[in-house]
Amino acid sequence: MRASAESWSDHVFQLVKDHGISTVATVPDAGLTRLLELCRADAGVRVITLSSEEEGIGLGLGTWLGHGRLLLCMQSSGIGNCINALALPAVTRTPCLMLVTMRGEADETNPWQVPMGRAVRPVLEAMNVACFEARTADQVGVLFEQAATLAFGEARAAAVLIGQSVLGVKRFDE
Amino acid sequence: MNNAGSQRLSRRELVADVLAWRGAALVVAGLGSPAWDLFAAGDTPENFYLWGAMGLAAPIGLGLALARPEQRVLVVTGDGEMLMGVGSLAVIGAEAPGNLSILVLDNESFAETGAQRGLTASGVDLAAMARADGFADAVTVRDEVEAQALPEILFKAPGPVLAVAKIALTQDAPAYPSKDGAYLAGRFRENLAGAR
Repeated sequence: MRASAESWSDHVFQLVKDHGISTVATVPDAGLTRLLELCRADAGVRVITLSSEEEGIGLGLGTWLGHGRLLLCMQSSGIGNCINALALPAVTRTPCLMLVTMRGEADETNPWQVPMGRAVRPVLEAMNVACFEARTADQVGVLFEQAATLAFGEARAAAVLIGQSVLGVKRFDE
Repeated sequence: MNNAGSQRLSRRELVADVLAWRGAALVVAGLGSPAWDLFAAGDTPENFYLWGAMGLAAPIGLGLALARPEQRVLVVTGDGEMLMGVGSLAVIGAEAPGNLSILVLDNESFAETGAQRGLTASGVDLAAMARADGFADAVTVRDEVEAQALPEILFKAPGPVLAVAKIALTQDAPAYPSKDGAYLAGRFRENLAGAR
């Protein structure tokens, strides 16, 4: 594991606890492995595996209605599955906090990831989601704190996008 | 089991009859006719109605059930809405909330958009899907005698449970809840805060 993955994951996990987040819903991605392991090891955090990412938007609304807090973690391709669901936080004025590991950026080696990767930020902004883009490992926790404060404090949708400059690039060389 | 058509259950009567047994249950209704049925049966802050986000009624119910484990949560939705979010049955089966129930009002049609034929008209079986996903119980009721079991299944039996009610394709009197999502979510949440 890259040292940077260890540092940002540990920082975000601490912020999950600080913000009283008791449920983490995910369709996992490689870059999320350590954070999800930390969450699973904590008796106060329930990790829910989804069949598709948009379920996490509904799950988050139900959790909030019941006075809980949820974090939705996914790879950037999952944002495409969430578009219609993002009407929920917009129209109900409820929190929706997302942590997104990016694919399809400049160094991507799988061209099938590129169209959605390029569309992530325009799509999120079109659906009224505040975006926080982390380009270094140190920025992830700082931006997560800002996004969580915005999401739960102002009851709106916010996403932290972790760039491939932080995560590294997946290779498919033979 | 009756032939398709004349003997099918009336959705408005069925929902009102079932909800008479709700007690302290929280109820989430999927978009379209199930939301109108729930509103027609009696509005309360313990109801949450959807006007969009097709496919997400069950995940909302799951989030609520896990956050409020001491209270029963019922999702009332249509066959098309449930099928659009059918993957959530797997998530619910895996999480196994004992307090979550789903009632699918199945008219085998997309009633809200012009009564186009739905997938359950071809025998697609939502109760069998729920059983395969690990639900504690899942049943299909087709007439008033069978429907008498619904209150016990939906409000008393250990969850997660799913019941499919085969209903008639009808045009019912308009019964529309507020479209203000912030109002619907705010009053629901505040009401629960008072209940704590």
